[in-house]
Amino acid sequence: MSKHLKTPRRRVTTLAAALVVLGLVAAAMVASTASGGRTDKVTLRVGLFGDFGYHDLYTKYEATHPNIDIKEDIESYPDHHSNLAKHLAVGSGADDIESVEVGFIAQFKSQPNLFVNLNKMGAKSLSKQWLDWKWRQSIAPNGAQIGLGTDVGSLAICYRRDLFKKAGLPTSRAAVSALWPTWQKFVAVGKRFQKHAPKGVSFIDSGSNVFNAIIGQLNPAYYDSHGKVVVGSNPKVKSAWSATMQAVQAHESAGLAAFSNDWNTGYKKGTFATVTCPAWMMGYIQGQAPKSKGKWDIASVPGGGGNWGGSFLTVPKQGSHTKEAYDLAKFLTSPASEAYIFKQTGNLPSQPALYKSKAITSFKNPFFNNAPVGKIFTDSAKKLKPQTTGPHQGDIQTAVSNAIQRVEQHKQSPDKSWKQFLKDVKAVA
Amino acid sequence: MSGQTAVEARVARPRRTLRSRVQRVDSSVSPYLYISPFFILFAIFGLFPLGYTAWVALTDRTLLNPDTHFVGLLNFTNLIHDSYFWNAVENTMAIWLIATVPQLLIALFLAHLLNAKLRARTFFRMCVLLPQVTSLVAVSLIFTQLFSRQYGLVNYGLGAFGASHVDWESGRLSSWIALSVMVTWRWAGYNALIYLAAMQGIPEELYEAAAIDGAKSWKQFWNVTVPLLRPTIIFTVIVSTIGGLQLFTEPYLFEPLKQGATGGSARQYQTVVMYMYEKAFAGTQFNFGYAAAIGWAIFLLIAVISLINFLIVRRIRSVEH
Repeated sequence: MSKHLKTPRRRVTTLAAALVVLGLVAAAMVASTASGGRTDKVTLRVGLFGDFGYHDLYTKYEATHPNIDIKEDIESYPDHHSNLAKHLAVGSGADDIESVEVGFIAQFKSQPNLFVNLNKMGAKSLSKQWLDWKWRQSIAPNGAQIGLGTDVGSLAICYRRDLFKKAGLPTSRAAVSALWPTWQKFVAVGKRFQKHAPKGVSFIDSGSNVFNAIIGQLNPAYYDSHGKVVVGSNPKVKSAWSATMQAVQAHESAGLAAFSNDWNTGYKKGTFATVTCPAWMMGYIQGQAPKSKGKWDIASVPGGGGNWGGSFLTVPKQGSHTKEAYDLAKFLTSPASEAYIFKQTGNLPSQPALYKSKAITSFKNPFFNNAPVGKIFTDSAKKLKPQTTGPHQGDIQTAVSNAIQRVEQHKQSPDKSWKQFLKDVKAVA
Repeated sequence: MSGQTAVEARVARPRRTLRSRVQRVDSSVSPYLYISPFFILFAIFGLFPLGYTAWVALTDRTLLNPDTHFVGLLNFTNLIHDSYFWNAVENTMAIWLIATVPQLLIALFLAHLLNAKLRARTFFRMCVLLPQVTSLVAVSLIFTQLFSRQYGLVNYGLGAFGASHVDWESGRLSSWIALSVMVTWRWAGYNALIYLAAMQGIPEELYEAAAIDGAKSWKQFWNVTVPLLRPTIIFTVIVSTIGGLQLFTEPYLFEPLKQGATGGSARQYQTVVMYMYEKAFAGTQFNFGYAAAIGWAIFLLIAVISLINFLIVRRIRSVEH
């Protein structure tokens, strides 16, 4: 009988104790979130796909804006853009500022409703700051401006003076630039190089980089002005392919995939003597092969002009601090900031006013044998003509990289590989 | 006594009726309540995605376009005519074959070794399981470096023996072999321990009887151990089929140009799951409808292959013959 009496009481006490604990936990959770909301520190997250040279700029900005805390997220180039598309589609997870590279800007600007129209935030009054074509590249079909331009790629050829010397080629940048005014002459110089090249050294790192450089000088390239894919019908694309194939079949290429581990190791071990160099590649080379300081130099690119890369800073609409994000993006892309970044990483500003500034044009890079990179890249940038890109640019890029690699790896003849490339392009675009 | 019982009965009856009702409900309902967490979770994270994927496979859904239309079996008919899909199936089957058959033989052999009376037995058994617990991504990256064309250790070793360097990633068979090595390294120990557990259930008398009949240890292995291990072998074959046909992480990280997830420049090592990933997430298409169709095709493929495997392995001579 006493057992019957104890059990209900024990049950009641246990139940009461459980409720009290639950209540305490709930109260604690409410208290913590409430206290979190009470401070007005705003954390802005910046999503990048490489080092944009922003670190000191963050410190400067945080000093003048004490309530802002800036955090940077860096992912690899393909992962960054793929994840951005996913975050935009599900409506959450994107950073406050997201960088978008020019190869992907067409894909994202086709959905302007997912981004803040920066014109409405006051960017329209700043439009003259940028190169005209750079400003227009991030304008959506409905007229909204979704990005502020960071850098432009521009193009040159970075070459290893010591390897050129061993192969009996001239080494001064003026002489080297005179060797290859056209891509045909570039391929011919490659043949000369390979005759006396040190063992295991190739003239170029990969056929893809040469192909991309030639394409970067064209307009139209893959897309015409009406948004139609013209890969098969554009004769200039075919001649870019032919020039690349000539270089590959003359065994000038090291057959590496750009930005792969072997490519990075290739910098350290000196496996290739030239690489097509947009301005941002300088920082990359310095990071990959710091011991090769002084061995590199920069010559002009065959054909002159051309652009590879360049990015924009966008503000996704799903963020909770879009005004603060816009202000930070404005700061990071201001002429003063871009001039500072140029000195740090070599990323070429997209602000034409800077091309006249003495500080930029007189800048020499000691890593590259004191090459006057300021003058080389700003001269190249002045000749830049924009290229119409389309939403499936990335897929076409992947297809052609694979097509060139198939020939480099002796799996297909150039003709067969080209035919398969056209088939693949048809399937995606 | 009866009076007390009557008092007890009168006092306890109202309680007992309620309590007994509660108890009856408790004993009939609570078993289901105890097993319900699993089924609830399975319904949310297993069953619902299965059904939803089947629905998406019948539409032309993409990630970026909000308009979705019902297209019936169009995705599946496109899939049947898709040469890249069948290429991926061929790659997957080949890699699975090259990985699983040696792996299970190695596992059998390892189990046989571990079954002997060694010193520090537990230590060796733990060592054999270590590859299982390492991070899949870290291991894939390291093996990719080992098989690198110019600077990898494997080619260095080949060179030391006078053989020429192999471009592991670019060739078809060579990439299959490299990936199979990764899979075998990871799973051989796990399967060895499963076989070992089964082997330890084999009574000693059978071996003694075989020894009396004049069977050497090799014959004992084939005529006593393997037939008795048949159910275990069937189990490991089916589990490795289900796992091996879904291979993704190793080939995905083996690729130098991660942008496309194409499994090499000529799709030489693209597995079916990688093809599904390429269609769904890599590049700019985000073609969810087609990828969902591939997902269900993988399901059918695994079911068919598992059945075939089961029928083949069942033909191992059983003990009662």
